[in-house]
Amino acid sequence: MGYKHYIVTCGGTACQSNRGVELFDALKAAVKAHGLEDEVQVVASGCLGFCAQGPIVKVLPQDTFYVNVKPEDAEEIIAEHIVKGRTVNRLLYDKEQSKINVKVKDIDFYQKQFRIVLRNCGIINPESIDEYIARDGYKGLERALFEMTPEQIVEEVLKSGLRGRGGAGFPTGMKWKFAAMQPAGQKYMVCNADEGDPGAYMDRSTLEGDPHSILEAMTIAGKAIGASKGFIYIRAEYPLAIERLQTAIKQSHEYGLLGEDILGSGFSFDIELRFGAGAFVCGEETALLASIEGRRGMPSPRPPFPAVKGLWQRPTVINNVETLANIPVILTKGADWFRQIGTADSPGTKVFALTGKVNNSGLIEVPMGTTLREIVFDIGGGILGGKKFKAVQTGGPSGGMIPAEFLDTPIDFGSLAKIGSIMGSGGMIVMSEDDCIVNIAKFYLDFTCDESCGKCAPCRIGGRKLQQYLDKICSGRGTDEDIEKLREISDAMTKASLCGLGQTCSNPIKSSLRYFMEEYQEHIHEHKCRAGKCQKLLTYSIDPDKCKGCTLCARLCPVKAISGEVKKPHMIDASKCIKCGQCFSGCKFNAITRS
Amino acid sequence: MSTETTPEAEVKKLTPELLDFIAEWKSKPGNLIMILHQVQEHFGYIPREVAFEVAEKLNVPLAKIYGVVTFYNFFKLKKPGKNKIQVCLGTACYLKGGEDLILGLEKLLGVGLNTVTPDGLFSVEAVRCLGCCGLAPVMVINGEVYGKVEAKSLASIVDKYRKEG
Repeated sequence: MGYKHYIVTCGGTACQSNRGVELFDALKAAVKAHGLEDEVQVVASGCLGFCAQGPIVKVLPQDTFYVNVKPEDAEEIIAEHIVKGRTVNRLLYDKEQSKINVKVKDIDFYQKQFRIVLRNCGIINPESIDEYIARDGYKGLERALFEMTPEQIVEEVLKSGLRGRGGAGFPTGMKWKFAAMQPAGQKYMVCNADEGDPGAYMDRSTLEGDPHSILEAMTIAGKAIGASKGFIYIRAEYPLAIERLQTAIKQSHEYGLLGEDILGSGFSFDIELRFGAGAFVCGEETALLASIEGRRGMPSPRPPFPAVKGLWQRPTVINNVETLANIPVILTKGADWFRQIGTADSPGTKVFALTGKVNNSGLIEVPMGTTLREIVFDIGGGILGGKKFKAVQTGGPSGGMIPAEFLDTPIDFGSLAKIGSIMGSGGMIVMSEDDCIVNIAKFYLDFTCDESCGKCAPCRIGGRKLQQYLDKICSGRGTDEDIEKLREISDAMTKASLCGLGQTCSNPIKSSLRYFMEEYQEHIHEHKCRAGKCQKLLTYSIDPDKCKGCTLCARLCPVKAISGEVKKPHMIDASKCIKCGQCFSGCKFNAITRS
Repeated sequence: MSTETTPEAEVKKLTPELLDFIAEWKSKPGNLIMILHQVQEHFGYIPREVAFEVAEKLNVPLAKIYGVVTFYNFFKLKKPGKNKIQVCLGTACYLKGGEDLILGLEKLLGVGLNTVTPDGLFSVEAVRCLGCCGLAPVMVINGEVYGKVEAKSLASIVDKYRKEG
């Protein structure tokens, strides 16, 4: 390949939707306009992770990292950087350092990261199987097909200590072993790509940026457990990921890496896509299988476990996208190499979607054992607007809120469980002093109540009750007894619910009661929400010095609580006010205050 | 008023392409959800008459089809507006003011969630995480993503679509 420069643009959803497609076209056009088609190649790769600064453009071999690039900047990048060899300083991430040539590895956001799962994202063109192969792609499969027996593959994965990245952290090798032990016959390999946790998008980015790694891993798993058929259950809301997977499946067939008699090894395996339809509970194994079978996605009691009786009553292994993305690397580099990364409890890395009130939100991959402080403050660059850190939520609606005192906890499955949260699929939401803990607990409960399938009573009724008590507290009508009720119902749900959704949905409540009790107390006894988020606890008043008497607020007020003469300061009658906030957002003179 | 026939008046039928798709999938186990996806992609929702037809073609009870359609958030029984506005209420967007966008749209369009404006031009729905949390709060109109949206810029965004009709 004779290209002198490679220009890599981010093809992840966040950048693409932020005029990234236009930018890609503009760069191509600029290259053409300068007659550089033979020297410069423009590639759309997978998610580079630094979503908050997107769209991102990386220029190789200099490894220059441009942020917030607009289509209008394309011409300058080509004319200045490529033709004249001068970095476009105004587009660099760290403008102060613009005199030294800032490379990707110098950026603090990337320094503490270590990429296994996202190894190809931002490097290869996800629509090219050749580029995947050039980066050791399908090498793991080759080993699995020609050098290893199914038992050896299972043994290698067991030895690596890889634990499921979908939430619960069950050892992947064990799952495979159980399914492999079942008598030969039709077995299935399923990839769970129904990423339902709000605020997590690592699976989406992996599928969009490196679809072949999932196909390779599933084929390896197929050989290990003796399955000839695989399904990828993917959210219909991820059209780009679906498209990339379809392209990848087609290419693998053409290369003989999927289908009958793969590479002449005698092993046959094929993969089909099945679309989810927006049901969080389908992240639960048994519910997911029901959905693939075309039914309502409701979970069923275990045992029997899917490894014994799964899809259409046949032995089935279900692995999450991120788990699978580790498999080709484990087979290529070996279990011993993998075990060196991370902690003894949880080897390897974990991808997190770092979002919320943090400066550098984006997709990050760190070795297990990295502390929350390193993630939030070093990689994440601290809290937005210099505010005070309040909590970080891991594990989405099934996880817990972790306060500042545990920021130095090294993250792995065990340590998170100890402080009342879970690893979950990898959403990591940072909250600042502007966020109300009770309000967020209610937000999560609203979500899980909505998503409860209604099959078992503890979840169906218990969730609703929890939601009611939280609502009561948020609107200033709560009592100390309500706190006791919250505790009681939470415990009962954890013990009695049929599936993970009901068992864990009270975690945000339990953890917040444990660490942020004073905020609950304030809501109950002082009718005060320190973050000012609970609408019904706010009081509105008009500053007579600022009020011009324009009467707008009086007209906006739906309950006629505001009175006053034209061109004279108005007043709010607190006994009538329903705290809708219309006057506050309507006032043109900022004369209305709320506290 | 638009001169187009109202959805109630027009009888929806399976198109030849949809019939082909059903024929292709008929013998595959677990086909129902995939077929419903195809139907919704064509019509924008699952029309009642079409649900009847699918039941007949697949030889499954209509109740089973409605059972599936009503279980999953993605499937709709009502025709959405010409311009479909989706506001993300995933956690990151919620924290950064996703709810204010919904309130703002309600004021602007005069309709609440899951309702179509009387002129049929807009419908608003709240959706779960769209997977672009770096851009929170996020809003999608007809598949086009708007990131870091502020409530005050809603009017100009909506106007763009109103002009196009």
